[in-house]
Amino acid sequence: MGGALNSGDTAWLLVCCALVLMMTPALALFYGGMARRKNVLSTLTMSYIFMALAGVQWVLYGYSLAFGADIGGLIGGLNFLGLTGVGALPNPDYGKTIPHGLFAAFQMMFAVITPALITGAFVERVRFKSFLLFSLIWMTIVYDPLAHWVWGKGGWLGALGALDFAGGTVVHIAAGYSALAFALVIGPRKGFGKTPMEPHNIPLTVLGAGLLWVGWFGFNAGSALAANGVAVNALITTNTSAAAAGLVWMVLGWLDGRPSTLGIATGMVVGLAAVTPAAGFVSPMASMVIGAVAAVLSYYAIRFRQNRNLDESMDVWACHGIASTWGMLATGLFATVELNSAGANGLFHGNPAQLGTQFIAVVVTIAFTFGVTYVVAKVLDLSIGLRVTSMEEEVGLDISAHGERAYS
Amino acid sequence: MLKKIEAIIREDKLNDVKEALREIGIVGLNVIEIRGHGRQGGITLVGRSGSYQVDMLTKIQVNIILSEHNLEETIETILNAASTGETGDGVIFVYPVETAIRIRTRERGHEAVMYPGDIDERKGHGKI
Repeated sequence: MGGALNSGDTAWLLVCCALVLMMTPALALFYGGMARRKNVLSTLTMSYIFMALAGVQWVLYGYSLAFGADIGGLIGGLNFLGLTGVGALPNPDYGKTIPHGLFAAFQMMFAVITPALITGAFVERVRFKSFLLFSLIWMTIVYDPLAHWVWGKGGWLGALGALDFAGGTVVHIAAGYSALAFALVIGPRKGFGKTPMEPHNIPLTVLGAGLLWVGWFGFNAGSALAANGVAVNALITTNTSAAAAGLVWMVLGWLDGRPSTLGIATGMVVGLAAVTPAAGFVSPMASMVIGAVAAVLSYYAIRFRQNRNLDESMDVWACHGIASTWGMLATGLFATVELNSAGANGLFHGNPAQLGTQFIAVVVTIAFTFGVTYVVAKVLDLSIGLRVTSMEEEVGLDISAHGERAYS
Repeated sequence: MLKKIEAIIREDKLNDVKEALREIGIVGLNVIEIRGHGRQGGITLVGRSGSYQVDMLTKIQVNIILSEHNLEETIETILNAASTGETGDGVIFVYPVETAIRIRTRERGHEAVMYPGDIDERKGHGKI
């Protein structure tokens, strides 16, 4: 089984594991800065905890459900429980030239950050216990199956020919629409819409956005699973999309008043989320269009969300869900086999059918993640309750849930 | 008779006010960073997408305890130094003070708020 190990590929993927791992603390800072000062530790913890929670779940059974032997295209089998047999030799289905264990570790980092992304929807009011239970259920019945559908050998969306290079569906659309569903169930923060809820430390958010950008090189370029030309192209498209989106967001903010720091940092992250499914399949010029259009879509998606008075607190849906929905569809427009023979041609390269396939993948992902999250959140809300008490919310979750304060 | 001046001023006018007070010989003062609003109401900040109103602004409260005979000159100095003519310049409150006691020397009243080189020494008020 498996081909020969390539030390260059292996070294690169080892580095990528570290880069993608760093994105979770980066996300914690990104969100933490936007929280109010009484909730910053709670917000940080809800991202950080996944390095522990998903770090254990993935090894125990998460990897097996996602990448174990296919069962009907829907879920992986239990043959990799406890990472049994996932070792030093390559698995021909998952990175022909790197140890299978390295592939599992790289994928683990995605399983860590994806549920952390969702937390932006419900910070500052969720009960920690309910949040932990929700997260475990979500990882098990949403993330693991979806990862199998798209990336697992025999998974039905992958078999359909849907292109998702680094997680437009599995990570960003899943997180974005789950965030939207959860926000609808849990309801707004106390005083939302009446008192301004200012970000308490924008420098933290800016630092987080910068570290996310760095980490995203591992996320996207690492998804080539090799140190090759596709990886290099993915790195360039990733950078270009983030750059274009940052500039466009700056201009949009300027037209509405001032080019805010928070806006520019947000635009950069939106560009990164948008190009994620496309990174290894499209040209640098195409990625510039992807980033620029994503900035416009997400910018007005935030406005739409605000006008509906919906407290999806940190705009996970607008920034990740919308941007990556566009990114998936754009992959169906701009993809070309000239850049990646493992991919396919998109509409602009003579294959309109690919756009249809991308559309199906998007619709399925939205329906599945939104639907299941809505039901799980609703059931938890009606049984153990999702929210802290009004008093705990007013005091802030740092003290009421964790018994600490960030700034003494 | 001792008085307390509580001047709520713009954050960025603190240096001008301190400077002007030093020039007329007001030596003892303390400041507090406060948040609130008056006629200005608030300011508009820019968020991720569009702007929003914030109604609690940071202002500086300057506290001065002084003898009544220095009150008007001090108020005039603060008014001149803190004014821009725009809404948000602030407000000055004046209160009567029961007494003041300097901890080190146990001096009371007027003597407790006198300093070397201050407004009273310059005017030859000395110890009244």
